Amino acid sequence: MENTSHEHTLSYKGLSFILFLLLVLTGITVAISRVDLGIFRIWAALAIASLKAAFVLLFFMHIIQAGKRVTITFITTILILAMFIGFTFFDIAYR
Amino acid sequence: MSEHHVDNTGSKFGMWLFLYSELMLFGGLFVLYAAYYYQYTTFFISGGKQLDLFLGTMNTVILLLSSFTVACSIEAMRKNSKKLVLLLLGLTVFFGILFLCNKYIEWNHKFQHGIYPGSAYMEQSAKGLVIFFGLYFTMTGLHALHLLIGLIVIGVCFFLCWSDRINAKDFITLDNSGLYWHLIDVIWIFLFPLFYLIL
Amino acid sequence: MSEEPSFYQTPSSNRLKGIWAWLLTTDHKRIGIMYLLVIMLWFSIGIVLGILIRTNLMFVNPKLMEAQTYNALFTLHGVIMIFLFIIPAIPSIFGNFLLPIQIGADDVFFPKLNLLSWYLYIAGGILAIVSLFLKGIPDTGWTFYVPFSINTQTGVTLSVFAVFILGISSMITGLNFITTIHRMRKDDMGWMQLPLFTWSIYATSWVQLLATPIVGVTLLVVIFERLFGVGLFDPSKGGDPLLYQHLFWMYSHPAVYIMILPAMGIISEIFPVFARKSIFGYKAIVASSMAIAIVGSLVWAHHMFVSGMSDVAVLVFSLLTFLVAIPSAIKVFNWVSTLYKGSIYVAPPLLFALCFVFLFCVGGFTGLIQGAAGPNVHIHDTHFIVGHFHFVMFGGTGFAFLAGLHFWWPKFFGRMYNFKAAYTGTILLTVGFIMHYMPMFILGLKGMPRRYYTYLPELQPMNFFAGIGAYIMVGGLVVVLINLLASFRRKESVPADPWGGTTLEWYVPSPPPLKNFVHEPVVNSYPYDFPKKFHEMKSSGNSANKGV
Repeated sequence: MENTSHEHTLSYKGLSFILFLLLVLTGITVAISRVDLGIFRIWAALAIASLKAAFVLLFFMHIIQAGKRVTITFITTILILAMFIGFTFFDIAYR
Repeated sequence: MSEHHVDNTGSKFGMWLFLYSELMLFGGLFVLYAAYYYQYTTFFISGGKQLDLFLGTMNTVILLLSSFTVACSIEAMRKNSKKLVLLLLGLTVFFGILFLCNKYIEWNHKFQHGIYPGSAYMEQSAKGLVIFFGLYFTMTGLHALHLLIGLIVIGVCFFLCWSDRINAKDFITLDNSGLYWHLIDVIWIFLFPLFYLIL
Repeated sequence: MSEEPSFYQTPSSNRLKGIWAWLLTTDHKRIGIMYLLVIMLWFSIGIVLGILIRTNLMFVNPKLMEAQTYNALFTLHGVIMIFLFIIPAIPSIFGNFLLPIQIGADDVFFPKLNLLSWYLYIAGGILAIVSLFLKGIPDTGWTFYVPFSINTQTGVTLSVFAVFILGISSMITGLNFITTIHRMRKDDMGWMQLPLFTWSIYATSWVQLLATPIVGVTLLVVIFERLFGVGLFDPSKGGDPLLYQHLFWMYSHPAVYIMILPAMGIISEIFPVFARKSIFGYKAIVASSMAIAIVGSLVWAHHMFVSGMSDVAVLVFSLLTFLVAIPSAIKVFNWVSTLYKGSIYVAPPLLFALCFVFLFCVGGFTGLIQGAAGPNVHIHDTHFIVGHFHFVMFGGTGFAFLAGLHFWWPKFFGRMYNFKAAYTGTILLTVGFIMHYMPMFILGLKGMPRRYYTYLPELQPMNFFAGIGAYIMVGGLVVVLINLLASFRRKESVPADPWGGTTLEWYVPSPPPLKNFVHEPVVNSYPYDFPKKFHEMKSSGNSANKGV
């Protein structure tokens, strides 16, 4: 997992494919926002956004190739942020 | 002290750590967004309808393209094709400027309609709308500021590549700058649906 | 001992001369010393402000200052002591100087960034001072609560920006240390061979890295509010001031652990050395450090029990608050157990550490009283709180800071101080401390609020008594600090290992050379291997150890 592990990154072709997927997902999220999903509206939007972000992280930012250390700490950071947001709702949701 | 050890994995790890702190910086605002969305859902929906969906979508596409060009430039650097690297970085800067232009048009449009913090029009609006636009200006503004910094960073990389100080043997600076640029993209990926698609 | 010149004689780059050898250095040791200098300056200012406040409170009808001046002084005292002294003190001074040596490295991973964060620290400090003269001293208290902080005419904008800059400085330091610990350890040093001080700095750094940006952006929003009137925290525009409190404490409560965790690390280093015995429960201490860092980040709303938060939140955060007591108690248990059947030598560092354990326990227990939702209603915003956090912050972190200063002073400067004066100072300080802060608990229970410049006449005797304690305490502090400074007048230099420590910093000369190590350091398979150390000292005939 040291400095030489760059072989696993994508070629131009692969990167183009990811770009294509990201653009399609953008289209989907815009289209879906036209449908009234009620309270799922925000969750659907966030789910697609997370998927897009995951693509960027995995294939543009090469988070896996950066090593286990980065993957673990990244997930921890996201979890902590999620807890900060979630725990705030112990107050807001029950006020 | 010029013989300082070269440890690219370490520098990259440091860069990731910095990105975490950036995530938490925006995270504070996401906490605010979540709380106010919960409190003012209907106003957020009516506020979202007032935003320009076309410009927002355009900007999303532009940023995705710029992320793609940065990723490709690193790939090109690995293959040691300097001209392609410069072209791709130039394109990235172009996309970045395009994004900011769009943002300017958008904000300008809002300002002309009297929608800006502390305006007379906003004073009369419902509280939920004030908060929605307050968050909109704060979050997209902070994002635009980051993008501006990112532009400068990518611009510097362009000149470093041009003068061969970033080269196929040592391109960790480009790699890390690319990470920063992608992060700006990731944050926009979340900002876009949260503001423009709450219809 | 080899005649390698110390880092004081070798600038980090040959081109640097005179003062520039300091101001442009990338040597972690020099940067640590520069922090020491500036932080002690701020500490002294903070003490003067504190004693002014207490002198004012010694009498019911004070003539010393106006109410507005009093408000400005406690704000200033809080901002200086929190942001300029206690948050940066241990990581920036001891962390910088010792962390690379403890893991066998020659510097931190990003030496230039390290210097940058010193300059940001200085810039933040200067900005804080400038804000005073420009627009008047803020009167909000160090917490900058909205909506008052968006409305008050005093110079909040600039002060808040100063705190933002200080936050970046702290964050960069954390980033640097995490990378250093991950990437620059000696190859044969695994995670379970890390000294406990390094472990505690590691846990702290994560908190610095992840929590600081939250307060950063919150303070930015406050600035936006003041400049543009965005309305995010302004109730008249639909904003929710409670959300400011949430965001503020999301950082500022973990900040409490930024203060106390490295202090615990220092104490964990001192106990084994002066008990001549391996630390009791190494892994438990490591685990509790990480547990404190994580759980401690999730208890922020216990500062808001009476702010109008939901009852569910009060319940949840009260429970979480009680949970943090567990890892803290584990540590105290381990320190005390380390002494058990040890060969104890009460040198000044250990005396400080022992006082730390006592005072910290009082602070911790009173913390639990406030963490319980019921009693909290009664004592919220009273002097009970003031007593509590001074016990934890000063009695805890402050004493650990002084303990560390006495422990590593010979390593920093190659000079030993006078023991007798150190003992006298410590005892004066501790006695004064207890006389000063104990009455606050009673005053608080009797209903004396904090941050008021006057009080009911019947509370005067106790306030007067507390004031006398404050003077004794400051007297002790002065003795301690002058005694340290007096060590420079001594001629005899100190051996590499005056105490008989086992971690790597005791294997390098005092003060260390530029590249830290004269010989390639050898990593022990266990960082607190005292039998091995004893044999080493016996065979090398090193009789410098006063304690053996």
